[in-house]
Amino acid sequence: MNNLSRLFVALGAGLLACSAQAAEVTIAVAANFTAPIKEIAEAFEKETGHKVVTSLGPTGGLYTQIKNGAPFEIFLAADDSTPAKLESEGEIAPGSRFTYAIGKLVLWSPQEGYVDEQGEVLQKNDFKHLSIANPKTAPYGLAATQVLDRLGLSESVRAKLVEGGNITQAYQFVATGNAELGFVALSQVYKDGKITGGSAWMVPDDMYEPIRQDAVILKKGADNPAAQALVDYLKGPQAAKVITAYGYEN
Amino acid sequence: MPLSSHDLAAIRLTLELASLTTLLLLLIGTPIAWWLARTRSRLKGPVGAVVALPLVLPPTVLGFYLLVTMGPHGPVGQFTQSLGLGTLPFTFAGLVVGSVFYSMPFVVQPLQNAFEAIGERPLEVAATLRAGPWDTFFSVVLPLARPGFVTASILGFAHTVGEFGVVLMIGGNIPGVTRTVSVQIFDHVEAMEYAQAHWLAGGMVLFSFFVLLALYSGRRFKPGFN
Repeated sequence: MNNLSRLFVALGAGLLACSAQAAEVTIAVAANFTAPIKEIAEAFEKETGHKVVTSLGPTGGLYTQIKNGAPFEIFLAADDSTPAKLESEGEIAPGSRFTYAIGKLVLWSPQEGYVDEQGEVLQKNDFKHLSIANPKTAPYGLAATQVLDRLGLSESVRAKLVEGGNITQAYQFVATGNAELGFVALSQVYKDGKITGGSAWMVPDDMYEPIRQDAVILKKGADNPAAQALVDYLKGPQAAKVITAYGYEN
Repeated sequence: MPLSSHDLAAIRLTLELASLTTLLLLLIGTPIAWWLARTRSRLKGPVGAVVALPLVLPPTVLGFYLLVTMGPHGPVGQFTQSLGLGTLPFTFAGLVVGSVFYSMPFVVQPLQNAFEAIGERPLEVAATLRAGPWDTFFSVVLPLARPGFVTASILGFAHTVGEFGVVLMIGGNIPGVTRTVSVQIFDHVEAMEYAQAHWLAGGMVLFSFFVLLALYSGRRFKPGFN
């Protein structure tokens, strides 16, 4: 063997070794988990050398895409019912469903001092628009209506409700000032243990059903070791630190 | 009945929105198209480009800027508030404003083409017969440009019916006020209510097909004007 062919063999072997170790994993992620998954994926890539390709979208929309052959290997939903549905339909790697985060609801306004810490601003009812996510499709929207029910305010605020297509949009309506306040995900206005700006009422846990966000390995990812590695990482302590820093329970 | 009362409300709202938008666009678009067709001003290019912007911009861009400018901190929002009108997002009027921008090129461009196709000659003849500019416009231009008006109305109406991104971003999904058919379909799909989604979505396909069919079969008999 001459030197040149030795070089090629070495290169080829190197490439093979690389491809065996560093695989790619394609994940579908509910929009509310955008910021934490970015951070988690970066740390995971650094640690393992695997590459994470992330698609963001609304849970229902991602479900439809998965049912129609989307190339996702892991699905991080915004609820627990959609992953359960996929499980019962045989679309996931058996036994792979787990809760990766529990979402927290917060009543928030970008104005300082607008929302008091007990949420009495709702009783006063002197706002024009209260933004929530669509309760039919978004778990945070459903939780918001449960809170309004508990407070006995469903009727009195009905005409003032504006709905975002998802929780991101519900936040957008408030952030741009078009609605004075809104029920948003704590993760949207929370970083490193405190509210990032404006004023907020942390809604007590017992006023709404827990917003469990479940993840699954989909059939397409069942044989991808990188998919299993990412799920293990998500369950691990480093990911947990990021997840709680963004205002989720773990 | 496969359509719920919410579906029917959405259909009615969409038709109202499209009708009002088309009417307003014919009123606003006709002078703009006329000016674009006749002018030799250096502003012709820039104005034409601004009118055509919604053809290339994603509705999210338009929706985002409408939400920000019409909101309480935006210039339009401050203006409407100073008039005591409140702000436009989450209102039917807001959707109409958004749709007028969004569908503008679909009305202005066919009208402009129709006006340009008339040429100088009929206008000169009218002038030698001592017709004033208004008389010329109503007795000569309007009849000659009729096919252009038909095309503009159909396209403006149909395009507004098919509007989604802008409505989603400034509407707030309020039943009977801002929840149009396209948003209702989106909701059904998101909620995995595929049967209802099919009824509305299939209806939209049929509607769009027949609108375009009417447009293109109409063209066959009236060659010459777009």
